[in-house]
Amino acid sequence: MPEENGGNKRAGLLEKVQEDAKALKEFFREKGKEELEGLKEPEKTQLFRSIFRVKHDETPRNRALSVLTNVFFHLHPAKINRDAVRYSYTWGMGGITFYLFVVLTFTGVLLMFYYHPTKIQAFRDILYLENDVPFGKLLRNMHRWAAHLMIIAVWLHMFRVFLTGSYKRPREFNWCVGVILMVLTLLLSFTGYLLPDDQLGFWAVTVGTNMARATPLLGHEGPFGAQLGMTPYNDVRFALLGGSIVDANALLRAYIWHCIAIPLIAAIFMGVHFWRVRKDGGISGPSPVMLESEIKEEKGPRPVILRPSGMR
Amino acid sequence: MRRRLIWACIWGYLGVNFLMFLRFFFPRTLFEPETVFSVGYPSDFSLGVETKFQKQFRIWVVKEPDKLFVIYARCTHLGCTPDWKESENKFKCPCHGSGYTMEGINFEGPAPRPMDRSHVELDATGQIIVDTSRLYVRDPRAGRDEFENPGAFLTV
Repeated sequence: MPEENGGNKRAGLLEKVQEDAKALKEFFREKGKEELEGLKEPEKTQLFRSIFRVKHDETPRNRALSVLTNVFFHLHPAKINRDAVRYSYTWGMGGITFYLFVVLTFTGVLLMFYYHPTKIQAFRDILYLENDVPFGKLLRNMHRWAAHLMIIAVWLHMFRVFLTGSYKRPREFNWCVGVILMVLTLLLSFTGYLLPDDQLGFWAVTVGTNMARATPLLGHEGPFGAQLGMTPYNDVRFALLGGSIVDANALLRAYIWHCIAIPLIAAIFMGVHFWRVRKDGGISGPSPVMLESEIKEEKGPRPVILRPSGMR
Repeated sequence: MRRRLIWACIWGYLGVNFLMFLRFFFPRTLFEPETVFSVGYPSDFSLGVETKFQKQFRIWVVKEPDKLFVIYARCTHLGCTPDWKESENKFKCPCHGSGYTMEGINFEGPAPRPMDRSHVELDATGQIIVDTSRLYVRDPRAGRDEFENPGAFLTV
């Protein structure tokens, strides 16, 4: 009996395997068909749709999703006050400043391909860029004029923010971030001044760093500097120049601050600055925060507030 | 307790690293021009201002009937190098217009005090040795006058 049983089992198993093989065959045939179909219309395959943009049905949900899931649209708020983006109100100066920063980063990186921050090469490279490098003159002038314009735009932006009272609550913190960004912009301008290594830049940086001698506590000619043991060889000016005179070390340091450190720090602060614009209720105008009287109510147990969807 | 210890370690580590970062900006060895050098014999100079060492050493040698001294060529306003104007008999700073007499005494522009003078001495062979790291200052505001100190001039 056990033998017969075993035989039955074996026969059943065989049948099952045959069935599975059949199903598998069917499956692969279907799959192959699908792939053949896909080759005819590649834009309908999942692979294609995961890489490239596809058209969605015009439903309110898809419309909302297309804004919320798109990185470029997402940078802007879903809703803004119409008056807050009027050019006669904002002058567009913050955006122009950012645009100029992007231009300066791009042209600056291109200039770095031809510029050596060394005493013998630096000024030669400027002449080379001006006279021989294809589009070198254009790039250098774009960098120079965008730098001038950025300084102007930053000040006008600050002036506009002051005039519209946008430094007031709840934007005090963002005003401070903006002041730091303005100082960083001026530092970028100052460090870039030395890089051509011409007479103008050399003496400008000589004068500028000589002021650092008079830094309180940290400069050897400043208040309490001498008492703290500051000399021309260990004070803050020495650290800025990498020496006691404006020479090769100073040129290299200005280059590194100008091309790497300050742009990086500025980019981080810009991120915070833009994020705070959103967080504090948009570009300008009255903020959507609760009224003073509403805030006081929060002392007790928090009431459940039902709002129509879409309202904050 | 253990958590505080770990945080102390982390902050201590970061703090020490930051101090190392700051120290990094102060180089030990400098490749700057010599501050002690010879400019020749006193008899090499005629009366007036000698500017031939300006480019190399940033000094002017000034000879007067009874003495010789060396002016360190740095404007006391913001540190530019003034020019010697032979025809006007004065030093003029191109940056902000400070003017100095032949002795380096300020008389116009924003300069707050006369230009500093370098240490001078004669070596065994009678040559003039100048040391621009040792400066003599005259600052009327601070009531400081070192121009008559020994080492600030040579009697000739």
